[in-house]
Amino acid sequence: MTSITIPTSLRDVLEALAGGARPIAGGTDLVVSSRQGKAPLPEALVAIDQVAELSEVKTGTDGLMIGAMVTHARLMTEELLVESYTAVADAAALVGSPSTRNVGTIGGNVMNGSPAMDTGAPLVVLGAEVELRSTSGSRRVSLADLWTGPGRTSAAPDELCVAVHLPLRPVRSGSAYVRLEYRRAMEIAVVGAAASVSLAEDGTIAAVAVALTAVAPTILAVPDLDALVGLDPTVAAQRVAPAASATATPISDLRASDTYRRHTIGVMATRAVEAAARRASGETIAVPVNRALGIGAAR
Amino acid sequence: MTTYSTTLSVNGIPYSLAFDASRNLLSVIRNEVGLTGTKEGCDDCECGACMVLLDGHPVNSCSYLAAQATGKEITTVEGLSSGDELHPIQRQLLDAGGVQCGFCTPGMIMSTDALLRRTPEPTDEDIRIGLSGNLCRCTGYAKIMEAVKATAVELSGS
Repeated sequence: MTSITIPTSLRDVLEALAGGARPIAGGTDLVVSSRQGKAPLPEALVAIDQVAELSEVKTGTDGLMIGAMVTHARLMTEELLVESYTAVADAAALVGSPSTRNVGTIGGNVMNGSPAMDTGAPLVVLGAEVELRSTSGSRRVSLADLWTGPGRTSAAPDELCVAVHLPLRPVRSGSAYVRLEYRRAMEIAVVGAAASVSLAEDGTIAAVAVALTAVAPTILAVPDLDALVGLDPTVAAQRVAPAASATATPISDLRASDTYRRHTIGVMATRAVEAAARRASGETIAVPVNRALGIGAAR
Repeated sequence: MTTYSTTLSVNGIPYSLAFDASRNLLSVIRNEVGLTGTKEGCDDCECGACMVLLDGHPVNSCSYLAAQATGKEITTVEGLSSGDELHPIQRQLLDAGGVQCGFCTPGMIMSTDALLRRTPEPTDEDIRIGLSGNLCRCTGYAKIMEAVKATAVELSGS
């Protein structure tokens, strides 16, 4: 037995959460799970899709704010993202199918906390923070502090993810997300990797970040990449592979063995760094990189 | 108090309805509104047989709560034909042999309608992406592709 309210103001949503209701955005995780019998729908739901401010995308002095209700369909085409935070658009364009992307949201994605979510690794390498709000206040947390395990977050039950904040991008920077997949639609990443690269004036690496999808209980950043600074991007891209494989602690399941995942995550990390560096140098590679460069499943 | 009372607009007609808040849009369209063109395939958001348009955008109605469709315009396959006259997509699918068992057809039609409204002259890649959420186990897709291309020519030519 489930009840639902559909407020138009954020205050009403937060009050419903304080009263024990659970939020629903597009329903692509919550409703599907309940119909598969994995988890019944909560007794009290509060829909957040009619709160206009949650669908905003805004630039400010400290970067870009993406409202929690912004859909994947919009993430993959929104100029502010495609231009400067391209890895997020790469990932959004790979999610599900057009019908999934029309209702699936970035807030739902982040708070569902799947280690296989495509938009997660891009947000990590771009330094995203999540804004959580409740009737008692607001706070920002990094994704590393938010995700505590598969499907688990550090958010309190009455806290709503209202936005994802992305800091300003340095000059000569680019980002990319690639994934290994067996088919092109309605697919979950076998493994995936995102990279953010900034280049020095001489074209060598000034800064690099890499994060990994579906190889650990949460999406993980590859640590200690400082040794790549000053290298030619082609060399850095090769060196990142063993670091990515060493960071991974994958499981074996019907989609891939742990050995296969550990190897292929290195390949994906290399390709992500290569594509991010090409974008950083000013080259346009269309979204998503998987299609533009023929990575992943063939037609 | 779990019954949700609302008005849903389906194919331009308002329906006053009361249903359990946990009901998905698919079951309300089929069982309360009484339009059975929209199909239940996987009931798992994978196959696209349940696809409808919400404000013109394809959505899998099996994984969408009916209550959340309040205030949005819902279009089902019944909303495309006018009386006994088939919509060009329907006619072209029949002419091309793109319908065999027919179970995926309503979803294919809704995806095609949304695609061609947005992209009147689609490339093959546009069509593949546009229909990527619709599974067909009979045709092998080639004849469906043909039908979509023929529809695009017919609609953009007229």
